[in-house]
Amino acid sequence: MKKEFKVISQIIKNNKRVLDIGCGDGTLMEYLKINQKNDVRGLEPKKDLVQKCISKGLSVIEGDAEKELIQFPKKSFDYAVLSQTLQAFLNPEEVLNQLLRIGKQTIVSIPNFGYWKVRLHLLFKGTMPVTKNLPNEWYDTPNLHMCTIQDFVNFCNEKKITIDKSMCLTNEKISEITKGNMKYKNIFSQLGIFLIQ
Amino acid sequence: MNNNTKNIKKLIIDQSLKLDCGKIIKDFSLAYETYGTLNKNKSNAILTFHALTGDQFVTNINPITRREGWWSFAVGPGKAIDTDKYFVICANVIGGCMGSFGPKEMNPENNKIFGTTFPVITIKDIVKAQKFLLDHLDVKKLLAVTGGSMGGMQVLQFVSLYPEMAHSAIPIACSASHSAQNIALNELGRQAIMADPNWKKENHTPDKGLAVARMAAHITYLSKQGLQEKFGRKLQDKGSLKFSFDADFQIESYLRYQGANFVDRFDANSYLYITRAMDYFDLEKQFNGNLSLAFKNTKSKFCVISFSSDWLYPTIENKEIVIALNACGANVGFVEINSDKGHDSFLLNVPEFLKTLSDFIKSTYDEVNNEKRI
Repeated sequence: MKKEFKVISQIIKNNKRVLDIGCGDGTLMEYLKINQKNDVRGLEPKKDLVQKCISKGLSVIEGDAEKELIQFPKKSFDYAVLSQTLQAFLNPEEVLNQLLRIGKQTIVSIPNFGYWKVRLHLLFKGTMPVTKNLPNEWYDTPNLHMCTIQDFVNFCNEKKITIDKSMCLTNEKISEITKGNMKYKNIFSQLGIFLIQ
Repeated sequence: MNNNTKNIKKLIIDQSLKLDCGKIIKDFSLAYETYGTLNKNKSNAILTFHALTGDQFVTNINPITRREGWWSFAVGPGKAIDTDKYFVICANVIGGCMGSFGPKEMNPENNKIFGTTFPVITIKDIVKAQKFLLDHLDVKKLLAVTGGSMGGMQVLQFVSLYPEMAHSAIPIACSASHSAQNIALNELGRQAIMADPNWKKENHTPDKGLAVARMAAHITYLSKQGLQEKFGRKLQDKGSLKFSFDADFQIESYLRYQGANFVDRFDANSYLYITRAMDYFDLEKQFNGNLSLAFKNTKSKFCVISFSSDWLYPTIENKEIVIALNACGANVGFVEINSDKGHDSFLLNVPEFLKTLSDFIKSTYDEVNNEKRI
């Protein structure tokens, strides 16, 4: 399991209800179900991945988060998890609002567009950055709304969203983001992981 | 049609059942079949519900019609619903014509065939009648309840009536309330039967009407694309058009064959009663317009399955069920299977569907039997 999922699973307490949006092949769900006794559900747009999840005994619904989240009642999950997909929605703000409505707490991870390699790529090559975390070309990328860790924190402040925890990943190393190290982390982290409500 | 249903398994239910129409029935028969063996702790029983024209003979050769069982692709040794592993139960619905209490049976009060004096039944009545069979087999909790089309409606009704009786529920290609389009199509079939001069005539059967009903219905089970690919404008005889109303096109000949075959195995009045039961099905209405309440107490884990080319019970109607389940916090998974075979997909060899069905049941079985999974 990738490091990001380790961080997310450590944030999630045992025996809680979790909705994993864009759950993929259910790796995180399965880990949470078996190791932390979480009651997990998933939402995934790709049929083959949904079938894979169902094969593993995971309750996953085929569907698009931008249309489907509305059906879940208010605060029906302890955690709503969205891993590296926020930037791919047509309307990320609305998706985030839905997550905050459904989950008592929400965990969001974002690929950091402020990462130094991304910055240098654009600065020196003059072309849209292609990195390990952002492997697509500008014309075939699913990422419509890229942001930096700083952008996301600013957004939360502006929308009065409480950030309970902010972590970041740098070359598989986990660290905490604080007010003091924000500028630094915004340059040197590949991924930001936030617990918000 | 063939009446030789004497040598099939039948349970005579001596308890009374109050039907939705108000009538009370007692000492009625329920014909059923089982496959596989019930294990010691009785944790491997799967109740399958048949669709409109199905019967209790899920798989193998049906001893009455001499045809393959309706779910032969899915049920049997080594198949998705593996009868080497699971104990599969299926009953002929009441109102049916394969040995269960239905319009072609004798009314003991006057020793005449019921015909149209048979009471109008509902999906709820049909499901309640099958509960007696579970009691008789002493199965307290099912591993799964499943069925497609009208079978799926029975799944929904079952979990709503008996929220603790099934570990899992797999409603396939169905709806929680019959749509106007589906009522209209059923009415078309019924009118075809009732327009046949032989309908209600003693010692006669409205074969022509029933055949037309089946032909019309059969079109709705397929998809436009599937029909086009299979038949296109192919002619029956390789030559040219005959400039007559004979079956010039292969599709015409195919439908005529389907119609003619059907009357050999199905009772026209059963067709009327069962389509009526489908039309009356409205689980949402049973719970005052809130479908979620139907599943409020459910303990079952759901897997809802629809098919991309099914226009009779389209994905959107299956999704209504998923939405209602989510709204009450039930445990539900959902997938739409890609298939160009229309509504009939659930009866055919659609590998992705059969795999999903198989894997879901297996995962439930493992969970129930506390087997460690990799």
